[in-house]
Amino acid sequence: MESRFLVLLLIALLALGLGGCASQRSVPPGQAAQPPVIEPDVERREIETARIDTENIEIGIYAGQLSVEDFGVNSVAGAQFAYHISEDLFLDLSYGQSDTEPTSFERLSGAAQLLTDSEREYSYYNLSFGYNILPGESFFGRNRAINSSLYVIGGVGKTRFAGDDRFTLNVGVGVRLMPLDWLAVHADFRDYIYDIDLLGEEKTTHNLEARLGVTFFF
Amino acid sequence: MRKSLATSILALCLYAATCGAQAEGPVVTVQDPFIELRSGPGRGYPVFYVAERGEEVVVLRRRTDWFQVRVTRGEEGWVTLEEISNTLDGDGAVFDVPGFDIEDYTARRWEVGFQYGDFGGANVISGYGGFGLTENLQLEIWAGQALGRFSDSTMYSVNVTHLMFPDKRVTPLFTLGAGTIETTPKATLVGTIDRRDSTAQAGLGVRTYLTRRLIFRAEYKTYVIFTSRDDNEEIREWKAGFSFFF
Repeated sequence: MESRFLVLLLIALLALGLGGCASQRSVPPGQAAQPPVIEPDVERREIETARIDTENIEIGIYAGQLSVEDFGVNSVAGAQFAYHISEDLFLDLSYGQSDTEPTSFERLSGAAQLLTDSEREYSYYNLSFGYNILPGESFFGRNRAINSSLYVIGGVGKTRFAGDDRFTLNVGVGVRLMPLDWLAVHADFRDYIYDIDLLGEEKTTHNLEARLGVTFFF
Repeated sequence: MRKSLATSILALCLYAATCGAQAEGPVVTVQDPFIELRSGPGRGYPVFYVAERGEEVVVLRRRTDWFQVRVTRGEEGWVTLEEISNTLDGDGAVFDVPGFDIEDYTARRWEVGFQYGDFGGANVISGYGGFGLTENLQLEIWAGQALGRFSDSTMYSVNVTHLMFPDKRVTPLFTLGAGTIETTPKATLVGTIDRRDSTAQAGLGVRTYLTRRLIFRAEYKTYVIFTSRDDNEEIREWKAGFSFFF
């Protein structure tokens, strides 16, 4: 009986002692309430490169005049998308629509119609590479200079006209004026080259387009 | 319809552009003796201002490898990737901007590409979007148009492409796919009808990482077209083009 009491007492003492050690370890005497000697006064600024707004994409619309061989000069409107690969090179995707007018033959003969109304609708898309040449500043008067660049462009695409799709090559030249860092005004001149066999034998036609556009970078 | 579409594109562009213009970027400290601010994002634009060592500049936007910064006096100009890479961020560490190199190429997930070539004698233009399933395997969705003398075809397919050495600059590739082809004879031909068939395709090619986000890719594919006639049709296609990764 006595030895059992002793064992209990020893266990209780051991538990207390261990508890005391533990509490001593967590709170060293005399330091608990003191502030650190040096308080760091550096404000950490997190820099994230992801926060930089990357603007390699240019999207916009254009309008102009398109000369369709044998089918007159007609107004054209479209949308363009560009992805800038480097300061020199960019990829350009354009889609445009136009309505062609009757040929001189159809007008003179009076009755004969070569195409139905839906076949007269003209649309194209083109995927091209562009190369910026002659970058620099253009001056308007004495005090105003805006960034500008001349570019050449060339690529492949499709033209839908007279009920058929035609493989189309395009070459062109354009001017990009940038009055603001995120806004550009384009003046383009392009030649669309494709084969057409509408009037009997197949021939290669050149279809010239002059257009003005506005694009936004983002 | 066309007008309303154009107006909405214009409105969307304006909104996105002005939102982009409002964003303020990180502040960095110039570490070079000086950095040159150009009026535009290109080597052809004139230098109009110089920011000295120790000056803090705000990085506003990036276009290709050019960064637009604003100096303390309020001037805004464009500096090169090399110059911005040698500035210090707020913690005094070198400002680390991604320049897109082969490491980014091997770590890519998404890619988009366009190709041009020959599809059984017709001109073919096609594009694809790809997603990296594993390092070697890529899932691709293709759309293409073949424009020939007698008929035009529109093709869609899903491909799985295997890259042999995905971490090397140049790698051979193998591709397998299935899809559909819709063939429309030319309007000047008489007595023909449109048809839609299923296709299976196998191909091999090569791709090489060029620079930045740009990849060159060329391939040769054999198409089997499961026609409704007695015999299946076989068409050979070769094409080449450029891809971009993200």
